[in-house]
Amino acid sequence: MIRHFLTILTLFAAVLLTSCSHKTAAVPLPTPTAFGAAIVESSGGKQTAQAGTALPQPVVVQVNDEQGNALPGALIEFNAAPGVIVDPANGLTDSSGQVTTNVTLGGMAGRYQIVAYTTDKGRKRVALTIEEIALGYQQTLGRQLNDQYCERCHNPESTVERVSNFDNLEVKPHPFAEGDTLNKISDADLTAIIGHGGPALNKSALMPAWGNTLSKSDIQALISYIRAISDPPNRNAGPVYARN
Amino acid sequence: MKDKLKSLWQKLFGDSIRAFGVVSLVFLVSLAIAPAKNYFSEWRHYQHGYLKMIRNRSDAVTLQRHFQGEIQQIWLPELGVVDRCTSCHVGLKEASLADVNVQPFRPHPVIPHKLDQFGCTVCHRGQGAATTVAEAHNSTLAWEQPILPAKYIESSCGECHRGQLPGAPQLNQGRHLLSRNGCVHCHTVKLPDGKIMKATDDPPSLSHIADKTSREWIYAWLKDPQAYASTATMPNFKLSDDDTRDISAFLIANSTSLPEDTATLSAKPSSDPAAGASLYGESFCASCHAVQNAAGNLVGGNVGPELTRVGSKVKPEWLQAWLRNPRNYDEETAMPHYRFNDPQVATLSGFLLAKADSDLLANVHLEAATPEQIAHGKRLVSDYGCASCHEIAGIKKPENFAPELSRIGNKPVTQLIFLPGMQHTLPDYIAGKIKQPRAFAPGLKMPQYTFTTAQVDSLTTALLALNDRAATLPPSLLVVAPPESNYQPAGKAGKLMTDLACFSCHRINGHGGDMAPDLTWEGSSVQRQWLVEFLKNPNTLRPSLIRRMPKLNLTEGEINELTDYIMTVYQSPAGGRDSMPLSGYPQGQVELGKQLFYGKYACQGCHIVDSKTDKGYIGPTLTQVGSRLTAAWIFEWMKNPQALRPGTAEPNRAMSDEDARALTAFLISQKSGGKSEVARTKK
Repeated sequence: MIRHFLTILTLFAAVLLTSCSHKTAAVPLPTPTAFGAAIVESSGGKQTAQAGTALPQPVVVQVNDEQGNALPGALIEFNAAPGVIVDPANGLTDSSGQVTTNVTLGGMAGRYQIVAYTTDKGRKRVALTIEEIALGYQQTLGRQLNDQYCERCHNPESTVERVSNFDNLEVKPHPFAEGDTLNKISDADLTAIIGHGGPALNKSALMPAWGNTLSKSDIQALISYIRAISDPPNRNAGPVYARN
Repeated sequence: MKDKLKSLWQKLFGDSIRAFGVVSLVFLVSLAIAPAKNYFSEWRHYQHGYLKMIRNRSDAVTLQRHFQGEIQQIWLPELGVVDRCTSCHVGLKEASLADVNVQPFRPHPVIPHKLDQFGCTVCHRGQGAATTVAEAHNSTLAWEQPILPAKYIESSCGECHRGQLPGAPQLNQGRHLLSRNGCVHCHTVKLPDGKIMKATDDPPSLSHIADKTSREWIYAWLKDPQAYASTATMPNFKLSDDDTRDISAFLIANSTSLPEDTATLSAKPSSDPAAGASLYGESFCASCHAVQNAAGNLVGGNVGPELTRVGSKVKPEWLQAWLRNPRNYDEETAMPHYRFNDPQVATLSGFLLAKADSDLLANVHLEAATPEQIAHGKRLVSDYGCASCHEIAGIKKPENFAPELSRIGNKPVTQLIFLPGMQHTLPDYIAGKIKQPRAFAPGLKMPQYTFTTAQVDSLTTALLALNDRAATLPPSLLVVAPPESNYQPAGKAGKLMTDLACFSCHRINGHGGDMAPDLTWEGSSVQRQWLVEFLKNPNTLRPSLIRRMPKLNLTEGEINELTDYIMTVYQSPAGGRDSMPLSGYPQGQVELGKQLFYGKYACQGCHIVDSKTDKGYIGPTLTQVGSRLTAAWIFEWMKNPQALRPGTAEPNRAMSDEDARALTAFLISQKSGGKSEVARTKK
């Protein structure tokens, strides 16, 4: 009697378990037809977007074989901190050896690491870490001020819509991502340069004083933006979010 | 079994002493439940975790001093908000915890509001009074509104802030898209201040459509608008072949002809691509119209429709009539009336007609329409609400064609039907509906839009801001938008400015576009003779801009009319135009100004005075500024440029009057002719 009862109980439990695990089971991974040796970034790293929003450009990574040629049919899996949406989260490389994915950053400002994995011939994992930058409220405000007042001189790249003035300046301004230089300048010094112009710190007069145009909180917002996009990262850039 | 129970009873309650002991024990245990529950509560667990975390930090002493145990609460009686979130989120105000990346201990990022005066749920929503994570963050039986996902957080800004808000670009974009993509043609959006949101996309009237294009093009366009122009805002109605055939039949049959459009071609479209490109460039068509270049990139503005395949769309007769005077066909168009002469119309129409795509209509073969098809087409046009956006002769604009969205941000989740696999939250529903409107049920009419993920998110953000709280907010908490201006210049000049569509690009007295400089005080700023010359033949002022003033081919009389009006009416209250002379400054002062220009203020970083040495081209070229601007304006500008033109990139240098006067003397000496004229012709 008890034995019967036990078998029924086990059966019931088994059904319950399978039905539950069925619910949470992920979509099966596609089966790779090739195994590469290395994984490299094609584009989409170091982008900035507001926290919680989608990156403007997709992230594209490529799998190469031993000879360094693009390899189609290899499996790439993406991994990121909770809260980050990587869509699709995996895929086989296309005819040019690439997988393209769209990334929505987590809700907190800081840096987000997205790790792309592939498996090599020895079934070993090869990984590539890509970093993206999420801007908080203050940094977003800073970015707007940068677009309005700073970028045309401080960004050496021209676009169709915005011609850069960088090359016209005798003393070259520092691009804001230039962490090697800007990380060495304290917040107080940056505030002084922005507010009172280059001469305040014995730098070029081509950097005008913005203290009468921008408010104190504007200048703080600009500095927080500069710190956020710095490369290499500034220690005030906020935390790094990676998969635990 | 029975015996066992009996002996247990005997053991526990056999005599009075035993019974008393057992009952007291039971009482004691049940009394202990409440304190135990309190002791093991979630918030206490997090507070312990916090104390453990800060123990080994260098700033432990400060953090410990700031720490307050027990349940914390922010109470805002005005809004009926009670937030206990800070009971678990203990480090919210500790800026020094910036490196911590575990919740609930992250400090709050810097925002313009004070946390203890603003609470948490005002922005983040959720159940503020709850003291467990599940109840505070998620929707429960007693509380529907869960916490708002971070990507929609700006919607909460929009509850109080009714206008453009720097720092909330997503909200701004979402609101812009609601009007720009015509959502509000079908969906009524009554803003909390009682105003009805207006569309800004101006879809064309279809009453004379047969003048403009062929039935085949209408067919191809209805089937897939984005195949004709990737930037088209017209959505895809996913019509069947037969329905598309019938709608195109009806629109053609219903169209009446305008005499101008069917006039025989007075000028044969000429095929001189070089002359066409040059006229297209000179007229700055690209400021408003985009064209896809060979690399597949769109080049040009988005005020007017994309012209990549315009040759496959328009009839030559109509195009020429349109180029001659667009206001004949569409009185409200944003396009200026260019006053092209016949050879120019021939050149430009030839150039545009060559922008054709032979594949577009290759597979469209339509037989002559039958009366039944036309009648069916008419029914479909009513059914799909085409007249909500387009003016169509004989069809009335439907009222409330689609559900009103004025309180969409509070729609109860229980009233929504979700797609399988979708999260059961309002934001997910709204975003899903925008992304794939037809997936929700068969027979739905909402068409398919081509929004990017970022656009869907920003639209969702703007819609979530339309909720009960926004509608019932006490007026003292509102940050209202600056009132919209419908300024119209008066008289003959005003008519001329409307005809030339000045307001498509320029803003005057708060009305108009933002592509070109604000002209509200233009009369104080420039010299009359310069303005006359500029309107005759606009030359480049700001070399770094790609959108510039087009040549409108005005007559002398028109130029005088405009100039007189601008010089007289558009005056700044600051300082008289003629309060400073245009010449005759002492040489010493001019020299000092030059030194200040190149030294102290380093203006050459952005401006060119001597085109041989100066390179900066962010600001306007100043080689002939002395013939362009008035001295009084230059002086006022030096003192405070933002006061004259808010948002200008020129920084306010807080100059002394002496410096400003010297710079004015230097700049006003830069006249056309003389040395700078030599430099200009060389260039």
